[in-house]
Amino acid sequence: MILNGASTVRAWRLAGWILFGGVLATLGGCAGEPSDTTDSWGRVLLMRDYNTRVVVLGVAMLGGAAGLVGSFMLLRKRALLGDALAHASLPGIAIAFLVAVAAGLDEKSITVLSIGATLSGLAGVALILFIRSQTRIKEDAAMGIVLSVFFGAGVALLGIIQKMDKGHAAGLEEFIYGKTASMVADDARGIAYVSLLALIVCVLLYKELKLLCFDEGFASSRGYPTMGLDIVLMSMVVLVTIVGLQAVGIILMIALLVIPAAASRFWTDSMSPMALVAAGLGALGSAIGGLVSALAPGLPSGAMIVLACAGFFFISLFFGTRRGIIVRWIRRVQLARRIDRQHLLRAMLECIEQTTPSSSDRAEHHALDLSPLRKTPISIEQLLAMRSWSEKRLRLTIDRAVDHDLVRAKESQCTLTQAGFYEAARLTRQHRLWEMYLITHAEIATSNVDRDADAIEHVLQPEIVDQLEELLDSNGMTIVVPPCPHESSPGSQHVSAAGGTA
Amino acid sequence: MSESFSNPERPAAAFDDGRGHSIPLSVYDLTVAYHRKPVIWDVGFDLPAGKLIGIVGPNGAGKSTLLKASMDLIPRASGRVQFFGAPYHESRNRVGYVPQRESVDWQFPVSALDVVAMGLYQQIGWCRRVGKRHREMAREALERVGIGELADRQISQLSGGQQQRTFLARALVQDADLYLMDEPFAAVDASTERAIVTLLRELKSKGKTAVVIHHDLQSVPEYFDHVILLNMRIVAQGPVESTFTSENLQKTYGGRLTLLDEVTEAMRRRETSL
Repeated sequence: MILNGASTVRAWRLAGWILFGGVLATLGGCAGEPSDTTDSWGRVLLMRDYNTRVVVLGVAMLGGAAGLVGSFMLLRKRALLGDALAHASLPGIAIAFLVAVAAGLDEKSITVLSIGATLSGLAGVALILFIRSQTRIKEDAAMGIVLSVFFGAGVALLGIIQKMDKGHAAGLEEFIYGKTASMVADDARGIAYVSLLALIVCVLLYKELKLLCFDEGFASSRGYPTMGLDIVLMSMVVLVTIVGLQAVGIILMIALLVIPAAASRFWTDSMSPMALVAAGLGALGSAIGGLVSALAPGLPSGAMIVLACAGFFFISLFFGTRRGIIVRWIRRVQLARRIDRQHLLRAMLECIEQTTPSSSDRAEHHALDLSPLRKTPISIEQLLAMRSWSEKRLRLTIDRAVDHDLVRAKESQCTLTQAGFYEAARLTRQHRLWEMYLITHAEIATSNVDRDADAIEHVLQPEIVDQLEELLDSNGMTIVVPPCPHESSPGSQHVSAAGGTA
Repeated sequence: MSESFSNPERPAAAFDDGRGHSIPLSVYDLTVAYHRKPVIWDVGFDLPAGKLIGIVGPNGAGKSTLLKASMDLIPRASGRVQFFGAPYHESRNRVGYVPQRESVDWQFPVSALDVVAMGLYQQIGWCRRVGKRHREMAREALERVGIGELADRQISQLSGGQQQRTFLARALVQDADLYLMDEPFAAVDASTERAIVTLLRELKSKGKTAVVIHHDLQSVPEYFDHVILLNMRIVAQGPVESTFTSENLQKTYGGRLTLLDEVTEAMRRRETSL
């Protein structure tokens, strides 16, 4: 290929990563340069306060673990189960509070509340699975029922608690929206343990979990306990969710499981980088959200974390180097231009071909070498007659081909360069191979062949072309492709192939 | 397992393969039901070793269900299945499974090589990484199905036929003795179809057995030695010559079969070529 489309995409990819790095560097810079005007901002951003350090470190670890576990859940297509789990934990928190008050324990003990949250969250998930397996209700409906009923029950219980004389109920509703301010070193330590555990499990069981997410049927045919692996994965989600409830809140916990994982998919086509990028984005987004929330205590940390992650998501959506919108758009434009260029070159070669002796003479030669006629000038009018393209588009295409040294244009006449001629002969040959294949093998009506060939030829894999060559070389009707003007290109010896005989 | 099953119609084991039991797959009175609705009824057969066996039948005849229930992937209402004379979980390593291509999400972030390496996970063992040697094995398997150069491509960037070949390579890399393939020929290009046929014959020449769910009746006489005609129950089974008759097909497909003439033609071609 003379036009190197791949290199543009590669350059774009590099630019994307640089941008990504730039965002990180800017954030680092923000943290490194204290603001002179407001000392409190500086204190927060520099994390001079012990509390701020605890909070930011805690939520960052949480975000990392959630991103990691979330990528597996996303690929398992069970991401929303985390949401159901989080919502279902609310009544457990309220009941644990009530039990603690009744038993005279510390009713705000995070351990007690976490146990309650875990039990009721698991009960919710179990109920969903039960409904799905025992009735004909689908999983999404089962989830909707359980999630809302449990959450409703939890809100009702919180209302009762508010009315009680006993116990200090204030703060329980913080679980709904999340509040990092109350996070202490012990909480951060809990998050650290859970994150470490999640990391170890994901590393050790990486390939088993990958297989489970990709092809459950094959996994169980090979003897893997898919149920057990699902339970392991689900347990990690439970752990991350429970330790994250306080910081992010019940309603928004799902965001931390889904958004970083979904965002990282735009940057990579491979699973382990995806999990790592998701963990990184989750950690970064959470740290930023935590910091913002610390700066403005009125803003719930859960919301800030979600918004920060969403920011990364939108950056990834547009600039992602694998599946981002911009890189896809570039690819589409490149493909359209390549197809235009191929049409132009083929049309020019066919114009030259028309000037040669009639087909009855050609049959005697078999191989038709058009090389001596390469410099035949072709007018725009001739080309316009070849296909249904607008003059404007044709001229644009010619201009681009001139830029790539495939065509020389003078007023309304153009000629092929040596490189252009080689490319045109190669394309025409490929096109005819394909056309012949469709006629002889795919049983497609002849009148449709040309259009089909035009569309498919440009996406055809080189290895299929090789097979076609073998298939049709025996046909005897050949056209000579001249030696390639580029030393690097393969096939510089003359290649024979089937040519259509009018 | 000392219970004896008396079935006068079941052929006796023809020969021993030297690795224990000779019959790659025996199914006894298998019944499977979804939500009280039976999908297959009292299905029983012994597969001959070293043959290519086609399973044909109309949509909803329970072909996939038969394979899945044999491998314990879905619960059986009744019946017993043995692979090489042992339950599936004991002879699993001698069985390679190629699921339907539509059964997975091809947007999944893995390369063709990663997918093939999944066939080796059991051999690699729990908690271990896929090593260089295993990657080499996976690459060789991809080369055997003719797409070695696509090893590093993300699987959504493969054509349908290439995806199917990737699945085949994943089963091949296990080096099993019996292959169960769920519609490998569905919606593949002509060159992939030929590649699969070549591969099946290669497997047969090495003494392996392959059971293939197949839709295209015309190619049955060309591709397979044995055929099982299934429509909830077994309509007929045996060598293609004696079993794949228009009478049996009529019984299997009922009035829905319009291809009978072409099938007859295909059978005639087979006879003349033999």
